[in-house]
Amino acid sequence: MMTLDGIRKAYGARTVLDSVSLSLAPGRVVALVGPNGSGKTTLIKLLLGLARPDAGRLLLDGVPCDAEGAYRARIGYAPQAPRYPEHLAVGEVVAMLRALRPGAAVDESLIDDFGLRGEWATPVGTLSGGWRQKVAIACAFLFLPDLLILDEPTAGLDPIASGLLKSHLRAARAAGRTILISSHILVELEELADDVAFLCAGRLRFAGPVDALLRETGTRRLEPAVAALLRGLRIA
Amino acid sequence: MSTVSLVLRAGIRDLARSRWLLAYAAGFWAVTEALFLFGGTGPQVVLSLLNAMLLVVPLVALVFGTAHVHASREFTELLLAQPLSRRAVFLGLYLGLALPMTGAFLAGIGLPLLLHGAAADAPRLALALLAVAGALLTLAFAAVAMVIAHGVDDRLRAMARAIGVWFALTIAYDGAIIAAVSAFGDWPLERPMLVAMLGNPVDLARVLVLTALDATALLGYTGALFRRLLGTALGPAVALVALTAWAAVPVLLARRRFLRRDF
Repeated sequence: MMTLDGIRKAYGARTVLDSVSLSLAPGRVVALVGPNGSGKTTLIKLLLGLARPDAGRLLLDGVPCDAEGAYRARIGYAPQAPRYPEHLAVGEVVAMLRALRPGAAVDESLIDDFGLRGEWATPVGTLSGGWRQKVAIACAFLFLPDLLILDEPTAGLDPIASGLLKSHLRAARAAGRTILISSHILVELEELADDVAFLCAGRLRFAGPVDALLRETGTRRLEPAVAALLRGLRIA
Repeated sequence: MSTVSLVLRAGIRDLARSRWLLAYAAGFWAVTEALFLFGGTGPQVVLSLLNAMLLVVPLVALVFGTAHVHASREFTELLLAQPLSRRAVFLGLYLGLALPMTGAFLAGIGLPLLLHGAAADAPRLALALLAVAGALLTLAFAAVAMVIAHGVDDRLRAMARAIGVWFALTIAYDGAIIAAVSAFGDWPLERPMLVAMLGNPVDLARVLVLTALDATALLGYTGALFRRLLGTALGPAVALVALTAWAAVPVLLARRRFLRRDF
């Protein structure tokens, strides 16, 4: 289980995350939602060690995450706007990532399902945004990670690829893996999410099961529920 | 294979296919060919190449390097999201940028010189020093580019800073030296000028190559001073050591910035 404990992060005078405590349980899909600038991307970067918190701790199974980043062997990450060295072929990118983690167990099923073998020799720079997204997602799944972090994963994906991704996400959840998805497409999150973490202005305003959020807001769908939370905060 | 060599190999594979880098090598090739075609002898070719190198190598290393680091930001984040140490990722990324640029420079000037047999006419030491100075300038300015790019997130501001550094070291520096000599001509300026020269890798590269040629008139104020104070044997050695330090110190600064920054 990945746990954020009292995380605070500021860039200069601007506090981006303030006293954020959140647990990501195994076998759950957590939807990380919030308005633009709420701190979602910063939270993901802190989980990955790309940024360091000013205060608070990051724990994996109760053990503080080390600065050298060995814990990241258990994380798979697909960024919102993936970019690779543009003259490298898709196959070279995948081969490099595999070589960087020698001996790690791999799952290339999403590479096959997305049809990436057909683009194996294609330079990444010539791929469309959707195909680059497929490469990033397939790489995130590659090492059977305990924690999958996906930032806007369906943006740019065609409906077939989106459906394939969802079926792989369900399989990963059934296998006991934790999945954190940040997205603004709440209709799609609703299909998958077990829990919701709602960030606004750097503070975690709600963290819990989707059902609890729907009850609390008196709504039946995730999108109006999140909108109700946001309206409530603005009124307050 | 280690993290450094894997990241380096990816960088070399990527940049070796970059049309910008191929154009850079082709440009030096064309200039060298043109110098031979228009009747230059070996020493004249070396002198002309030196002048081109002192302007172009720092400019390309700074501008291309800064742009490349910014364009590679997402890839850098992807690497840092793996269970790899930042130190190893930094070294791989730096060498993956600096070595292909160095190779392009050496190929651009080296192959035409070999083809035309310039080594028979030109002082071989001057040719070797030209290649070494160009390589060290590339390593130094690629590292400076990394310092700039990892310190300034806005791409345009970073590019402006890179061009500003180039302008300061290749153009404004000479003007500042002349102005200082004119304004403080009555003062003992030898030692301050020597220190000022050690602070400019472009001037060090120029003096390093010129001391191997019989071109005292081209040494300029600081070069002549360098030769007078340190002699013909110690001067080039000091210039080479200082230039090597210039290739190393920015790497350490860039590494420090890379290790400490948030992505």
